[in-house]
Formats: sequence, C-alpha cells, structure tokens
Amino acid sequence: MLLTNRKSDAHVTIDTFLQHLLNAIQWGSFLALIACGYTMVYGVLLMINFAHGDIFMVGAYLGFFIGTFLLGGFALRLPIELPLWAVVLLTLVMTMSLTALVGVTIERVAYRPLRKKGAQRLYLVITALMFGLLLEYGNLALLGARDRQFPQLFPKQVYTFGGLTITNVKLMVILLSILTMVTLALLVQRTKWGMAMRAISYDRLAVPLMGVSTDTIIIMTFVVGSALAALAGVMYGTAFPILSYDMGLLVGWQAFIAAVLGGIGSIRGAMVGGYILGFTQVFVVAFLPSTYRDLITFTLLLVILVVRPTGLFGVARRTKV
Amino acid sequence: MRRYGLTILAIVVFLLTVIPSWLGLYSGYIQFLLAVIGINIILTVSLNLINGYMGEFSVGHAAFMGVGAYVASLVTVSLFGENSLLGDVNLPPALSLLVFPVALLIGGVAAALFSLLVSIPSFRTRGDYLAIITLAVNFIFKSLVENVDAIGGPRGFMGMGGVLRVMGGVADIPWLLIWTFLSMVFTIYIIRNFVTSTIGKSVVAIRDDEIAAEVMTVNTRRLKIIAFMLGCGLAGVAGGLHAHLLGFINPSSYFLLQSTLILVMVYLGGIGSISGSIISAIAFTVLLELLRPLDLFRWVLTPLLLIGLMLFRPTGIMGDRELIDIFPRLKKYFVPAEEIITRAPATD
Amino acid sequence: MIKAQRFALLVLALVGAAVLAACQAGGGGGDTIKVGLNLELTGSIPKVGEHSRVAAEMYAEEVNAAGGLDVGGKKYNIELVVEDNNGTAEGAAAAANKLVTQDNVLVLVGPNASVAAVPAGEVANNLATPMISPWSTNPNTTLNRPWVFRAPFLDPFQGPVVANFATEQFGAEKACVLFDVASDYPKGLADNFKSAWEGLHGPGSVVAFESFTTGDQDFSAQLTKIKATDCQVLFTPQYYSEVPLIVEQAQDLGITLPIVGSDSWGDPQLLELCGDACEGFFYSTHYAASGATGATKEFIDKFQARHNEIPSDVGALTWDSMQIVAQAIKNCGSLAGSLEENRTCVRDGMAAIKDFEGITGTMTFDEQGDPIKCAVIVQIQGGEAVFYKSVCP
Repeated sequence: MLLTNRKSDAHVTIDTFLQHLLNAIQWGSFLALIACGYTMVYGVLLMINFAHGDIFMVGAYLGFFIGTFLLGGFALRLPIELPLWAVVLLTLVMTMSLTALVGVTIERVAYRPLRKKGAQRLYLVITALMFGLLLEYGNLALLGARDRQFPQLFPKQVYTFGGLTITNVKLMVILLSILTMVTLALLVQRTKWGMAMRAISYDRLAVPLMGVSTDTIIIMTFVVGSALAALAGVMYGTAFPILSYDMGLLVGWQAFIAAVLGGIGSIRGAMVGGYILGFTQVFVVAFLPSTYRDLITFTLLLVILVVRPTGLFGVARRTKV
Repeated sequence: MRRYGLTILAIVVFLLTVIPSWLGLYSGYIQFLLAVIGINIILTVSLNLINGYMGEFSVGHAAFMGVGAYVASLVTVSLFGENSLLGDVNLPPALSLLVFPVALLIGGVAAALFSLLVSIPSFRTRGDYLAIITLAVNFIFKSLVENVDAIGGPRGFMGMGGVLRVMGGVADIPWLLIWTFLSMVFTIYIIRNFVTSTIGKSVVAIRDDEIAAEVMTVNTRRLKIIAFMLGCGLAGVAGGLHAHLLGFINPSSYFLLQSTLILVMVYLGGIGSISGSIISAIAFTVLLELLRPLDLFRWVLTPLLLIGLMLFRPTGIMGDRELIDIFPRLKKYFVPAEEIITRAPATD
Repeated sequence: MIKAQRFALLVLALVGAAVLAACQAGGGGGDTIKVGLNLELTGSIPKVGEHSRVAAEMYAEEVNAAGGLDVGGKKYNIELVVEDNNGTAEGAAAAANKLVTQDNVLVLVGPNASVAAVPAGEVANNLATPMISPWSTNPNTTLNRPWVFRAPFLDPFQGPVVANFATEQFGAEKACVLFDVASDYPKGLADNFKSAWEGLHGPGSVVAFESFTTGDQDFSAQLTKIKATDCQVLFTPQYYSEVPLIVEQAQDLGITLPIVGSDSWGDPQLLELCGDACEGFFYSTHYAASGATGATKEFIDKFQARHNEIPSDVGALTWDSMQIVAQAIKNCGSLAGSLEENRTCVRDGMAAIKDFEGITGTMTFDEQGDPIKCAVIVQIQGGEAVFYKSVCP
C-alpha cells in the first residue's frame, strides 16, 4: 500500500516539482521586494520600520483607485480611453510616486522630529507600529469593511506546458521583481545616493562631515523603499486581486523576517532572504503536512540564526572599545 | 513610616479594589477591568525588565504569556474542570484553593523554561536579533498549539470558568481578583528588588555599555538569560490569570496583536521606569475602554494620541525616572530605590 | 523639574478622571427593553458585525414604529446597546461584562464569531443573562451553558450534509479539503467533513487535507499538491475574501474539479468578487437569498433598501435571533419583576420556543440551546445563489 502510494507520487513529481518551484519564485519575489524596503531603512536609520507592511497595503489600495479610474471604472472618467500599456505604466508610476509621498510624509511628520529630539531608537519603532495601526484603521474607517477587487490591468493568459501551467501575471511578477531588484542593487552600488546611503550605515558621523546631507539621503531612502512597496502592492493586487485593510500585516511581518534572515541592512541579503523564506514555505507545504508550515518554517529560521547570528549576508558590527 | 510606605500603599489599593468587589459594590464590568489592569501591569512591568532595563527588544511577550495560560489552564482544568482531561479526579474542592496559585506558578515556570530555549541562541549576539527570534517565537507558539488537537487546536481550550466556580463554591470571595492583586504586588516587588540589586545594576550596566560591563567582570550572557527568564516567567503568570479571567483561550489570542499592545504600554510608560509602566498600563487599559463608544474610530484615535504623545514626550510618560524622582517630597513616605541596601552576591 | 512635575500631575489627574468616568454606572428601567449587541465591528471580520448591526437596528426600529413589543398587554420599546468586541476573546468578554453589569441589558445578541462567542457565553452564563449567538457554530459556545443559545446549525450537522451531497451529486469517492488551520470555523468544519467523508468512503478517501493560515492569499502551493492527487471534489469552507482567490488560482493551475463550499460562502460579496469563476459551484447555507419568498423576501428587500447591499447570512440570522428574543420575551408574559427575575423568565421563554418560523427556517431548541433546523444547498447561477435542495436532520 505504502509502496504503490509512493509510486504514484513519483509519477507526478517532475511536473509538480517544477510547478512548486514556479510558485515559490513568485511568492519569494513578493517577500524579497518588501524586505528590501525594511532593510534599506534599517541600514540608514538602524530602525525597524514596522509601518512598512502597511505602506505596502496603501500602495495596493492606491493602485486599485488609480487603475480603476484609468480603466473608467468610476463615475468620474477620463475623456479618452487610454491604450492598455499606458494604463499599466501610468498606474505603476502614479501609485509609486503617491506611495513614496506617504512614506516620506510619515518620516517627516513622525520619525524625523523624534530623531531630532534625540529619542531612543526603539521609540521610533513603537511610533512606526502606531503608524501601521493608524493606516490600517484609517483605511477601514474611510473605505468601510468591504473588500475591494483589484482591476484587471491586462487580460490574463494561461500557458500550459505538459502538466505545468503559468500565467502571464506570474511571469510579469517574477521578471519585474528581479529586474527591479537588479536595478536597485546597481543604484546602491553605482550612484552617489547609493554610496552615501551605504556610507551612512557604515559611519553615520563621518557622512555629514563630507558635505552630504543626512536628511536628504534619509528622504531618498524612504522614497525608494516606499516606491518598491507600492510596486509590490500593485503586482500583489494583480496576482491576488482581493484587497482588505489588513492585507499588509502578515506579509509585512514575514518580509521583515526575510530581511533579518538575509542579514538586516544588506540589500542582497534581503533579496536572498525573501526567496529562502518563500521557498521554505512553499516546499514545506509541498512535501510535508501543510498544517505544520509555520512551525517548520520558523523553527528552521531559528536554526539558521543560531548558526549564523547575523543572517546570511550580515556583517557583524565591530564595536570599538 | 518610610519603611512601610509601599506596604501601606499596597494595602490601600487592596482596600479600594478587592474589598468593594467582594462586597458587591463594583459591577462585574469594573471587576473585570480591575483584573485586566492588574494583568496588564504584570505584563508591562515584566517586559520593561527586558526592553527597558536590559535594553533588548523582545516582541514575543504574548507567546510566553500564552505558554503560561495553556499550562496553568491544563493543570487546573484537568484537576477540577468539568470536562476533565484525566477523567474524574474527584479531588476535594477545598484543594482547588491551593492548586490555583500552584498552577499559576507552574505556568510561570513553564514560560521561563520556554524562554530559556529561546534565549540560549539569541544572547550570543547583540543588536536586534532578539527581536526577530521572539517574533518567530510568536509564529512558532501559535502554529504549535494549532497542531495539538488534544488541547483544542485553533478551536481553543476552555473549562477554566468551572474551576473558578469550584473555588467560589468553597468560599465566595473574588479569588481571581485577589490572586491577580497578589501576583501584581509580587511582580512589582520582585522586579523592583531585582533592578536595585547588584545583579540588576549589572543588567543596567550591560544596557549602557556592554563592553565596559564585560571588562568589569560581568558575565553578560548569563545575566541576560536570567533577566529574560524572570521577565518571561512573570508573563507566564499573567497568562495563567488571563486564561482564568476569560474562561477560554485560543492560540490567536496570544499572537502579534497582544505582543504589540504590551510593547506599546511599556514604551508609553517610559523604559526603565516601574511607576511609568504601572501608570501606562492603567491609562492605556482605561483609555481603550473609555473610547468604546467610538467603535471603529477607537482604533484610529488611539494610535493618533500615542503618536502625539511620543512627539510631545519622546521618552514616554515617565522617561527613565520614577515618580519619586519627579516628586522629591514623596521621599517622606517612600524609600527611593537607590537607598535599598542589597545583600545580593556580586556575580562572578 | 517643575515641567516634569506638572506633566506627571496632568497624567495622574487624567488617569484618575478616566477611572472615575469608567465607574459611572449606566441607568436602566422605564418602558424599554434593553438588548445588548456584542459585535465584531473592528478586527478581522468587520463586515460580519456591520450586517449584524444593520439587521438588529432594522428589527428594533420596525418594532418601535409599530408601537413597541407587546408583553402581557404592556407595550415596550426596544433599545439597542451596541458594543464592539474587536473580534477577540478578551474584547468579547469585556463587552459582555459591560453590557450585563453596567448597561443592565435584559438579553444579549452576539457575538457572531466563535472565538468571541465562546468567552462571551461564559460571561453570560456566569452572570445568568440569556444570550443568543446568531452565527457561532462551535459546539463549545452552548455546551453545558443553560443561558446560551444560538441561531445557526452546528458543524457536526453541516459536515455530513456537504459530504452526502458531494457524494450523490458528483458520484465522488475521493475528496480534497483546503482550509485555514488557524481559524476556528474552517478548521472545525474541515474536521467534521473529513470524518463524515471517511465514514462514507472508508479511511484514506480524503486524499489531500491541506491548510494555510489566516491572512494568506497565495494558495498555489496547496493547490498544486491537490492537483497531483486523484480526488474528484474539492471542499473549501472559507470566507468571501479567500474563496475567489482559491477558485481563480485553481483554474490558473488547470484544476477542473467541482468546488463545494459551506455557509461561510453565503455572503453577497463572494458572488461579487468571484464573478464568473464561481459559476455552477454549490454550497450549503442557511437560506437562499435569490428566489426567496414570503418573509425572507420581505427581509431582503428591506435590508437592501436600507443598506444598499444584499444581506449576508449573518444578517438574516441576526434578524432571526432578534425575532427569537422578542418571542422569548413574549413567552415570558410579564416584565414586572426585577432584572434578575426577568432574565430568568426570558431564558425559560427562549428554551420553550417550539417550531419557530424564522426567515432561515423553522427551528426548535434542543436541551443544549442549539436549534434543530434544515440546511439549504444552493448553486451559483448567473451571479446569484439559487436554491437547489434542502437537507433536514
């Protein structure tokens, strides 16, 4: 009995395995994109920005409103009908800029004044938690308890190769995330802003002496981090088109864990951490009883941290005596 | 007079809370709130030891509270519950009065042991790694309980109400409120003495400058583990009380939301201030109840108020000072912490 | 130092004032009947609380507009006291305590979610106040609690109903289940379905029993696993925020199995969000909104006129709960006694209800306070839930 079971499992393995692999890459891409935002802010401010998951939620909702508006889904419409590529592009650009604005506003209204007052950094973390709650319940109060359906920005296609299926949405998510993260890595390596950002996380006192404004760099970091979250939000909405006010909660916490797994403060680490967490979650479901998913995933994470306490790419900070 | 200042204060609080509840002067709702406030004080003060005095960042207090809640409930319900797990044990009801505090203690010890598992790897390094490990502990605890059908899994565990009825049958006094009060006093007493002892001062020294502390022959890792276990053990006691107060527990009650609320209370009060923690636990609990009529907007207004307070006072209500530091005249009635002479042995 | 003193004094004064304010007892009495609503207005399922509240308010206004509730020749107005429980155990216990001991309500309606209803039931039972939950299906809510009742049928009834239906309808012998392991209701129903199915088709006939966690939106890993099995029907007792995603992702993966649901599908939002993807699927529920007649139709029209949405099953069940409360008070005969006497009298009146004609079916309470009532199987046709058949115990 056991033997025949195993045989029938083996029969489907190749296709199923590849399908799981695809699913894992997609899920890992989301976690990696959001984890980048966590890790950048941490690198610059040494602060866990717990509102980041809710910024992602704000991005998804803004994408919903802008996309629906551009597609003529509201009473107020554009006078002309835009071609599809323009709708997609406009939705992405507008959502990313508006979300960046939200992120920067939070930094200016709450985090910066607190920093200037010399508050302990953990108070910043609590303020971030409060802002997260505020965004969630502000959304619930403004928009009501109804779940929203994310507009279909382009028609969905399903491609089948033998037992393997892939949608154009999945392809887009994977390609666009990887492209974005490569661009981000280049930005951080090559541009002045990127260099300044890395310099701040290396030595925060020396940077202002070099004539670089710390505040400008911090604002830039929030702009880029929030825009990435918005991009993730729009893609998430396209892939899983039901939005609710608390959608950022679980994804946000998991992305934070991914960022730490990779070594918080390291952008490469956040990307790798996101994929590792995504792969672990998907493959635990695939080959072990799915009810144990979180138990196994997070225990594994603890084991990794015991072996490598600074995460995979983290550098132990040397403390000067 | 000065020596007994705190004892007298405790007696006054007892007279104002437990006695009127016993006489039926307070409605069930007020009694419920008093118990919630007491539990929140235990949680806040005990987390303050870890996040405030020790300078770590633990996000998993609810999980340790949950361990205590489940263990204590399993003990009492299997001995005195209606749907007993061990079949009919048929212990004399009077014994329940003794079993209840012992069960709370067992819950606390279980939570402390659970925290030991976590703390051994996490204190090998400094920085925010305790945050991530305790965050993962939230997920692990929840997923673990969900997979044990014998204790109800996600459907939760109940029967603690029956235990309280057995205790009420022996003598009709508000047992839960009394034990909450005693646990609260115990927590404040033990943490106050801990942070003023030599060990506690070493803990604060670790926060202020870990390397200097190490140079001064403080075994930082062992001390951190001791302080962490103490804080988490007390959270376990609070969990046991919480479980018996609600009469029903399920894994999602001890997840991220609860952890967040405890964190907020600690930082609202000010890290490194016991009186701040007490004030903020009372203020926060009462504020949330008072804002009830706002329904949804309660959850919009509360974070707004707290953000405003943070901007206005970036160190919480009390900062790292005690009430007695702000009102020097109180020294007439209470002994300031720094005057307590401790005979705790120096470490290593 | 002076500034710090002033601030500390201010905080202390505020805390003191707040404590005093919290101690203010609510009044009561007069010719009104106070009904306490303990609802999930915030938290993870705010929509449930919203529909419940609208239905209860509609009922109270209708009774009051007709001059009030006639109890033993005297007319009483219904006054609703609404409390939010945040969808949590602690919130529900606090709200129940407040409603019973502070607002002195005669009877409690809600909470709906079992995670809130079980602890609230404990409070109501301890404080000897009748309570009826419109939506909770966890057996523990009413178990050994003479003061607690409920309006819906239970999981141990619904699980076999769906299992029998799927067996007959699709001739299926092997089934897959996809559910939320962290949530009370889906987990309970999935377990009941599994044991019913294995009772029909032997052990091992549920070939995939896959789970996820509340808040997940990517189910492709679980569905890929389900696709690799040879099951003939997929049962998923999930809510409107998950079912459309499950159905869509299943279709993207090329899964063509019939998908069967439970009463949690009975929300108009599911039909709206799912669109054509759910066409032809069946689920078991309390009532069929489409093609309803008589009192049920009347209720749906009134609800739509007031709230601009089709009522979900929790709306209909709350309406029935309010009717049951009114009937129980009428059975009581007189509210002349003290509050404690009235509560006892209403509880007895509720337990005595026989063959009550509600809009979600005819019900009689058994000794546990659970109703004996029929389930309805509906099919999604053209974006509407159409009555298919009725299954009675």
